[in-house]
Amino acid sequence: MNALANDETDERLRAILRDVLGLSAETVAAFDGDTPLFGALPELDSMAVAGLLTEIEDRFDIVIDDDDIDGEVLETYGNLLSFTVARVR
Amino acid sequence: MRLLDGAGLDSFLPDLPGCNESTQDLATQSLHSWRLAMADAEAQFGATEVLAVRGGALVFPAHLPGWVLEPQRGLSQLRQLLRARVLAAREAGEPALSVEGLLEQGRASGLTLAGYHLNPAMIAGLEGAFPANEGQRMIHLSELGGGAALWSRVEPGEDATQAAALARIIAP
Repeated sequence: MNALANDETDERLRAILRDVLGLSAETVAAFDGDTPLFGALPELDSMAVAGLLTEIEDRFDIVIDDDDIDGEVLETYGNLLSFTVARVR
Repeated sequence: MRLLDGAGLDSFLPDLPGCNESTQDLATQSLHSWRLAMADAEAQFGATEVLAVRGGALVFPAHLPGWVLEPQRGLSQLRQLLRARVLAAREAGEPALSVEGLLEQGRASGLTLAGYHLNPAMIAGLEGAFPANEGQRMIHLSELGGGAALWSRVEPGEDATQAAALARIIAP
């Protein structure tokens, strides 16, 4: 995996979380791989997850298969990033 | 709308039949009935221009000159609602639903999504609907000062910078 591409995906994914969930830039900048998402962020209910996935598809121009989404993908920021990087490549 | 009023431009925001303060039943609506209602509203108020936002571009009177802000096709909207439903069911430990399976069910007998009851005509209509484009000026969110998309927020919000930029485009 290209480290630069990974960094860019990271930046864009943080921006999506900020925009979709209305989080502050400081909050999303402080995310690390272990930051818990689903269940930890009150903003992230099922409607928000659906919005998040649609926004990821739109901004990265990818299609996410709904069967690939399980609890694990949204457990931490690191998991969501790996999931996204794997589809953007 | 307040900014437009300040610029001397009257505007109105019609409720779609079955939504907000409309006394109609949403379960009997279709994109066709929404288009007719929007055309009625246009005629009643004598509208001369139109601004459609996101999915509004599927039902606005497209023969009027005007603007569309980040139009979205029906399938994208429908998909988001279907996804939310699938995820909520999964979370509740209910038997596995799939987006495709739900869509099939919706085409046959309608669906309640996010509390909205949509009949088969509405589901089928959304599935195939593309924003109308009859020469209206397309406005991209990036032209409005760079803020986040209010429609992708979970909770309703406001953005004074975006509102001012939009008003400047419509009433320069």
